[in-house]
Amino acid sequence: MAQRYQNIVIGGGHNGLTCAAGLARAGQSVLVLEAAEDIGGAARTREFAPGARVSACAHLLHAMPADLAVELDLAGNGLDYAAQDMRTVSLSESGETIVLHGSTAQGKAVSEADAAAYARFNEDMQRFAKALRPVFEDIAPELSIETWRQRLTLLGLGLRVRRLGRFHMRELLRIIGMNLYDLLDEYFESTQLKGAIAMDALLGGEWGARSMGSVLTYLYRVAGYQRNGGIGVALPKGGMGAVSGALVGAARAAGAEIRTGARVTQILVENDRAAGVELDSGERLDADCVISNADPKQTFLKLVSVDHLDTGFVRQIKNLRSSGKAAKLHLLLEGAPRFKGVEESGLGSRLIIAPGMDEIELAFNPSKYREYPAAPVLEITVPSASDSSLAPQGQHVVSAVVQYVPYDDSPDEDANRAAFLETVLDQLERYAPGIRGQVLAAELLTPRDIEREFGISGGHWHHVELVFESFLFNRPIPALAQHQAPIAGLYLCGAGCHPGGNVMGIAGRNAAQQVLKGGH
Amino acid sequence: MIADTQNNQRPLTERPILETPFFESYKHLIQNDRYQEWSGYTTLESFACEGQEYFAVRNTCGVYDLCPMIKYDISGPDAERYMNRLVTRDVRKVVPKRVAYSLWCDDNGHVIEDGTVFRFSANQFRLCCAERQIDWLMDSAIGYDVAISDVTEDIAGLAVQGPISCTILKKMGFAGIEALKPFQLQHFSLDGCEVMVSRTGFTGDLGYELWIGAERAKKLWESLFAAGQPYGIRMIGSTALDMLRIEAGLMQVGDEFMSCLQTVRLGRDRTPFELGLDWLVDLEKGHFNGRRALLAARTKGLKRKLVGLDIDWNKQADGALIYSSEDAKRQIGEVTSALWSPTLKQNIALAFIDAPWFEGEQEMWAEIYLHRECMWERKMFRCRVTRKPFYSPERRTLTPPNDM
Repeated sequence: MAQRYQNIVIGGGHNGLTCAAGLARAGQSVLVLEAAEDIGGAARTREFAPGARVSACAHLLHAMPADLAVELDLAGNGLDYAAQDMRTVSLSESGETIVLHGSTAQGKAVSEADAAAYARFNEDMQRFAKALRPVFEDIAPELSIETWRQRLTLLGLGLRVRRLGRFHMRELLRIIGMNLYDLLDEYFESTQLKGAIAMDALLGGEWGARSMGSVLTYLYRVAGYQRNGGIGVALPKGGMGAVSGALVGAARAAGAEIRTGARVTQILVENDRAAGVELDSGERLDADCVISNADPKQTFLKLVSVDHLDTGFVRQIKNLRSSGKAAKLHLLLEGAPRFKGVEESGLGSRLIIAPGMDEIELAFNPSKYREYPAAPVLEITVPSASDSSLAPQGQHVVSAVVQYVPYDDSPDEDANRAAFLETVLDQLERYAPGIRGQVLAAELLTPRDIEREFGISGGHWHHVELVFESFLFNRPIPALAQHQAPIAGLYLCGAGCHPGGNVMGIAGRNAAQQVLKGGH
Repeated sequence: MIADTQNNQRPLTERPILETPFFESYKHLIQNDRYQEWSGYTTLESFACEGQEYFAVRNTCGVYDLCPMIKYDISGPDAERYMNRLVTRDVRKVVPKRVAYSLWCDDNGHVIEDGTVFRFSANQFRLCCAERQIDWLMDSAIGYDVAISDVTEDIAGLAVQGPISCTILKKMGFAGIEALKPFQLQHFSLDGCEVMVSRTGFTGDLGYELWIGAERAKKLWESLFAAGQPYGIRMIGSTALDMLRIEAGLMQVGDEFMSCLQTVRLGRDRTPFELGLDWLVDLEKGHFNGRRALLAARTKGLKRKLVGLDIDWNKQADGALIYSSEDAKRQIGEVTSALWSPTLKQNIALAFIDAPWFEGEQEMWAEIYLHRECMWERKMFRCRVTRKPFYSPERRTLTPPNDM
């Protein structure tokens, strides 16, 4: 007779693994089923050319709670950093760079007023992010005041904001729904500085700097820096796969079983409760609880039979915005790239190509109509500069996020990808003359490719766009905000849940708590 | 997929209020020009005298134009699963050639509407209802291999109701119609074209509904009235129909409840249990829209319920508020539909009554306002919960019906 598990986790992404570790540590039996041969989901290191390895999707760690890393002993399970507290360098065609680090902004283009404003801006955002941190970390409160617990949760949130004092509370309430474009205009003069700051709020998302709610996503990012235990923006040694590797170690040590190459095709529902899963091999696995690390659309429109779901629920899931706009560029270079204004010793920084907020908006505009930008904005890392194990001796790998690439399911997808790779290389050439000639291998993953490789609907990092209306008790929809699905014993633990995406494991940890609370 | 009919393709600005396919045939019978709009069609409140129209159904045969009923055809390999998830009854138990009265709810277990489900074959259904539902039906189709088309304008329908209805239909040549049981349907031929007949209706009497392609409507009407003329067949309007359905204890969307897709105020939505329609909800059939919410609602118990009232005296209790005592200190309900029943000689009403009064064990008073010679008078009358349907003659279900 087949073994019966207390919990089956569908998907071995960082949230699935965190959830599995949490459940296993509580003494429950857990089986993680990962469709791919490699574990880790979007936090995975893979070879894209002989000897050249990169983080295949997410490439920097900056938002994982320090206490989670301690709780799961990620260091003991092999997580180390090749670089921590990386500087952000905004590149320019003229070679005049701006360097952002902590609360300082330096560079020729940074006026004295801007430098002071940056310190002030940093202080303000830190203060607001701190007030909102529990919101970005705890299980989403229920939008209901039926029980005292519910009332106190909402009251507590209100009090935290009130404790900012009248002036700052008003300021937070004024800016929280605002767009970052207008807010940064209030603080700064330098277009280049504004472009570099804005990128932090927009990476991985579908929208631009002028879109509503971009201040909220900025604060979301800042809250991540506050909780990560001082690693700032960090490059795990061996790429992001090392994070997943450490999570696997923690989960296994606690007793969780992990199977790769096991694609779930169906979540089985019996007597209105989750009963287990079926694999593409036809194998059936029974469990008391099924926890899906897959995004809400995959989970409810593909894995669960619609017979078990209500029409209104299905309509809401179908309408979720999950069209990714972030592409990934991987290059193997024959030598170190020469970015204008960046010494070879500076290649361990996070390099930004976003000359200004208007350039970001101009890159964003065509993507709204499923077209490719002519001058894309990028976040570039040269991981091999800090971690020589990633590239053959003397060579370098580049891993870059290319913003505002449409989800392209047209018949011309392949030709469009090839043409856009040229556009991206042209853009790089403007900032790093000669880089084209250094390219030994190149790979561009569009959102469609990311969907195919990582199984994320729409190829969206956050599973569901991180915007005001799909936040907190609305994430991904009110009926799923506390991880529990309408079907008993079925839970969600991925980035589509509150609080959202980035490699941080919070949704996985919170889901585990809910599963344990829910009992079996 | 929605099949566009000719009328749908005309721009909205060029679409006057429509006439039903039967309108030309019966317009010479209209004596008092009491028109009423119903889902885009001109319909009649009454043709001549609503009292006579009412008595035609109870004593001989009355005919009501059903064309404005909204009709959706649902077909495809997943049609049964789709319908079973949509409505509260177990559609798997509705065999082909049967009709089932049913409800459908939203996620919260609140009633969207009631209507009839016709099952033609394993994979073909028709849903008949009073209000348009296409958005809900289309959203419900996500994940199912079904085709949904609005056939409202393609299919013409007549309700032929009353003790002599069977006799008249036999005269028309529908041989064997007397064997048709309640909620059964059968196809007949009328001069070579197909007529579908279902033993259904909204009057609580013996009766049938006839369905035919809109282009043959005239022919059907003429044959029916030729056969029925010696028996005093007559067209009836919506006022008489309303009297009949109240006596039959049948609820009407817009009177007894609002569709939960249209309510704005909190607490105006209704569950099937509140409407007293527990028998239409099969909680054991597996999942359907609203099931989880309905399970929770059942555990919670009822706060109010639709019941039948018998009110003292003979003043129709339209819109009356119901109180727990004659001094009207505590309101415990309100009347949704009221009628001085011509057949029962009884003052009846459908009313929403709070717990525990709907159990019928405590005193209740109806507050009725009377308009007499341009003066309003307020009167309190005792009322009590009574059995529904108020009127249900044996002939409603007798098969074969008595030959008249």
